Amino acid sequence: MKGKIGLLFALILVLTLGLVSVSAADRPITLLNVSYDPTRELYQDYNAAFVKYWKAKTGQTVTIQQSHGGSGSQARAVIDGLEADVVTLALAYDIDAIVEKAKLIPAQWQKRLPDNSAPYTSTIVFLVRKGNPKNIKDWDDLVKPGITVITPNPKTSGGARWNYLAAWGYALKKNGNNQQKAQEFVTKLFKNVPVLDSGARGSTNTFVQRGIGDVLLAWENEAFLALNELGKDKFEIIVPSISILAEPPVTIVDKVVDKRGTRKLAEEYLKYLYSREGQEIVARNYYRPRLKSVAEKYETQFPKVKLFTIDEVFGGWQKAQTIHFNDGGIFDKIYQAK
Amino acid sequence: MRKTQSILPGFGPALGYTLTYISLVLLIPLAMVFLKTLTMSWETFWRTVTDPRVLASYRLSFLASFLGASINGIFGLLLAWVLVRYRFPGQRIIDALLDLPFAMPTAVAGIALTTLYSANGWFGRYLENVGIKVAYTPLGVVVALTFIGLPFVVRTIQPVLQDLDKEYEEAAASLGASRWQTFSRVIFPALVPSWLTGFALAFARALGEYGSVVFISGNMPMRTEITPLLIRTKLEQFDYTGATAIALVMMIISFILLLIINLLQNWNRRRMASH
Repeated sequence: MKGKIGLLFALILVLTLGLVSVSAADRPITLLNVSYDPTRELYQDYNAAFVKYWKAKTGQTVTIQQSHGGSGSQARAVIDGLEADVVTLALAYDIDAIVEKAKLIPAQWQKRLPDNSAPYTSTIVFLVRKGNPKNIKDWDDLVKPGITVITPNPKTSGGARWNYLAAWGYALKKNGNNQQKAQEFVTKLFKNVPVLDSGARGSTNTFVQRGIGDVLLAWENEAFLALNELGKDKFEIIVPSISILAEPPVTIVDKVVDKRGTRKLAEEYLKYLYSREGQEIVARNYYRPRLKSVAEKYETQFPKVKLFTIDEVFGGWQKAQTIHFNDGGIFDKIYQAK
Repeated sequence: MRKTQSILPGFGPALGYTLTYISLVLLIPLAMVFLKTLTMSWETFWRTVTDPRVLASYRLSFLASFLGASINGIFGLLLAWVLVRYRFPGQRIIDALLDLPFAMPTAVAGIALTTLYSANGWFGRYLENVGIKVAYTPLGVVVALTFIGLPFVVRTIQPVLQDLDKEYEEAAASLGASRWQTFSRVIFPALVPSWLTGFALAFARALGEYGSVVFISGNMPMRTEITPLLIRTKLEQFDYTGATAIALVMMIISFILLLIINLLQNWNRRRMASH
C-alpha cells in the first residue's frame, strides 16, 4: 500500500515536470505582448503584419503571443513574474508601477520612443442613443438633472480614470482653473451615475444590452467598435468640445528581453508601430495615428476636438493617481461625503 | 514521549502525507497573506481595515452572504426533501441541474442574473412596477449569492436523508405524533449536522464570491461594494499590503464564524448522543 502511494506521488511529480519541460523544449522565436482589453483587434492585425515584415527582413519566423486583460491586472501579472517582452498598456501609471515594484524597466522608459512612447492615441467621447433624444452635446449636459451617465469605476478601471480626468479637465478650463469648481462639477456628474461597473466592457454592456443610461463615456475606439458591431441605427457618437488626449504607452521589458535574448526583435516590434504601415493599421482600428500623412488620410474618421494632455493639466499620472484615485483621494471623497 | 502503537497501521506515513499536502495547498498560501500583512505598521493596518468604505463592505458581504445562505438553508432543505422522498418525471434532470452553479463560470451567472433582474429584464420589469429594485442594489447581491450557494445545502442533506430509516417516522406516527411533531422532533434533529455543514459551506463560498456579484451589484461606494471588490481596488493601486490586510481581516472573521458553526455541530452531536 505504502509503495503504491509512493508510486502515485512519483507519477504526479513526473507528470508535473513533464508539463513544465514540454513548454521549454520546442522553442521557436516567440514574443509575448502583454496588453489591455480594447487593443485585442488592433494587435491581431498588427501582429500578422509584423510577422510578415520580420520574415521579409530577416528570414526568421516569429510567433507573437498576445495577452489581454485589465491594464492594472496585466501590470501586476508582469510584476509577479509573467515574462512579457513588451507591454502595451492603457496608462503610463501602470508601466511606472512595473518600474517601481519590479525594477524590470529603467525609470526613463517613456523617453525612449517618440511621442511619450505612445504610437497611437485616443480620446474620450460620448456614446448616445440614436437621434440623441436627451440632446447631449457637451460635458455640461452630463450634469443636468435627470440625465444618467454610464462610466466604470475609476478605482478598478483604467479607462474610467481617463473619463474622470477628461471631465475634470473640461471643468478646469471652463472655470479658469478653479479646482474647487472642477470638483463640484465632477461630483455632480457622478451623482448622475447609477452603476459603476468594474471595467470598460462591463459598462458598454450595461449601456448597450441593459439599456441603462442616456450616455456612455467611452474610449473613441471602443465607441467605434460598439457602433460597428451593434448597429449604427441604434447609437451615435457625440464628440465634446474638449477632451483628454489618451496616450496608451508601449515599452520593452528590459530584464525579460535581455534574459530571453529578444531585445532586437522587441525593439523592432515597437518601432514598426510608428511606421507608415503600422500607423495605417492603428487608424483602421480606430486609434488616432501619430504620423501626419496617415492622420490626414483618415481625417474624416476622427472629428476634430481640442485635446489636453494629462501632463499639462494634472502634472502626470503619478500625481493624478495620488490626488484623485488613491484611497482617501478626491474620488473617495465624492462618495464618502454623502 | 512513549510511542503507542495504533491499531490501524500506516498512521505515520498517512499523517506525513496529510501534513505535507495541507501545508503545500493551504497553509503556505495562507501564511503568505499573514507575512505580507506583517510588513505594515499597526496604524496603517488599522486605518486600512477600518476605513468607512471597507466597513460598509464588510457589512454588505457578511449580511448578504448570511441571507443568501439562510435562503438556501430553507429552500435547500425543501429541495432535498422533495428529491429524496418523492418520485416524479424529470427528477434525475433536476437533480443534475442542481450542480450547475458549481460548474458555471461565475461571470456568466452574474451577467445572466443582471439581464433578468435589471429594469428591462424579464423579472426586473415587473418587480420595478411594484417598486422593488434588484439589480444594482444590495438585494441583487443577495440574489447572486443565493444562486451560487444553492447546491451546498441540498448536497449535504441528501445522503443523510436517504439513509434515514423510515421506521423512525413510522414509530413516531404509531406513538401518536402529529406530522409536524415527527418532522420537528424526529427528522429535523437528525438532519441538523449536515444542514449546518451545508449552511456553513454556502456562507463561506458566498463570502469569497467575486465574479458574479460585481456584475449585479453596480459597485457603488458605501452602498453595494463587496469586500472582495475592495481587495481588487487595492490591487489596482498596486497596494499589495492593503489588499492582504483586508483579506486577513475577512479570513479571521470567516474562520471564527466557521469555527462557531463547527462547535455548534459538535455540541449538537453530543446532545443527540446523550439522549
